[in-house]
Amino acid sequence: MSTDQLLGLITGVLFGFLLQKGRVLRFEKQVGAMLLKDMTIFKFMLSAILVGMVGVNLLTDAGIISSGHKPMNLGAVLLGGALFGTGWAVMGFCPGTSIGALGEGRWHALFAIAGMVAGAALYAELYPFFKSTVLAWKDFGKIGLPEALGVSPWVIIPFFWAGTMSLFFWFEKKGL
Amino acid sequence: MKCKTEDGGWSPYLAGAMVGLLAIASVYATTQWMGKSNYLGASTTFVRAAGLLERTVAPDRVAANQYFTKEKVRVDWQFMLVLGIFLGALISSATDKSLKLESVPPTWEKRFGPSIGKRAVGAFLGGIVAMVGARMADGCPSGHGLSGMMQLSVSSFVALAMFFIVGVLVAALVYGRRSS
Repeated sequence: MSTDQLLGLITGVLFGFLLQKGRVLRFEKQVGAMLLKDMTIFKFMLSAILVGMVGVNLLTDAGIISSGHKPMNLGAVLLGGALFGTGWAVMGFCPGTSIGALGEGRWHALFAIAGMVAGAALYAELYPFFKSTVLAWKDFGKIGLPEALGVSPWVIIPFFWAGTMSLFFWFEKKGL
Repeated sequence: MKCKTEDGGWSPYLAGAMVGLLAIASVYATTQWMGKSNYLGASTTFVRAAGLLERTVAPDRVAANQYFTKEKVRVDWQFMLVLGIFLGALISSATDKSLKLESVPPTWEKRFGPSIGKRAVGAFLGGIVAMVGARMADGCPSGHGLSGMMQLSVSSFVALAMFFIVGVLVAALVYGRRSS
């Protein structure tokens, strides 16, 4: 095993362990969030973002790591996002959690995994078509919110923290 | 705020914050040891897995495919990360007795009955649609949801909003709004 692969494996084991401990891998938790009944996956995800956002921006500012924005390709993000949301609701897993759900014994995740592998193969077949249509619509490039708004990330981060903390208090008050 | 849930899990706030620390450590470690800042993600691995499988029956087709060439069909850092998620979830659930064999989840069963066949078809078709969408949007709730949001990427704010808004609408249609 190469260093890259070993590093990936160790990171993945820790990631999977924490996803399982947070109880976010399950169909019930994923669909529960979409039915607006159980916000566990959002508590987990937003907590990770709050912590990660500070560290990642500090390391980027210090020039230690480089950022890797995904392109803001309008058609791709809107249509792709909508397709993902549709499939996610029916499947009840996302790509990462399907693998974890299989690890905790929810073996019906196998059907979801098989579907996603088939979907990836289908996307590869259709890629030339998408490239000349939906992907060619309007690409704003790899942009971050700070550049788009013309402010420092450290102006945005406190607002993000405040908004998310308010949301957390609201979730707890409503028992979601 | 409790640190443990009733079934022995951890508070999602706590486990989530630890994933935040892991994400920071991971991007630092990959930059140091691989010479490239890698962020947590999962969906590209499905492309590589599809390429590896397809290669066993139609190697020329894979070699000639533009998208497989772009994403490079190989067992890389992220591929191992995704396999690691399986192992990590297995270790965690086996050691706190939450490992449970489940063939049809309760919410699904309430709506579509106990048929494994129906669940299999739903999960498979849902998987196809979701993955086409994830590859088009260039990320899933890991790549866009966690990694992109941490970096304040514009595309990730839009993608995550789309995932969730459409997910809520489709879930309401599929599972029905039940009064509670």
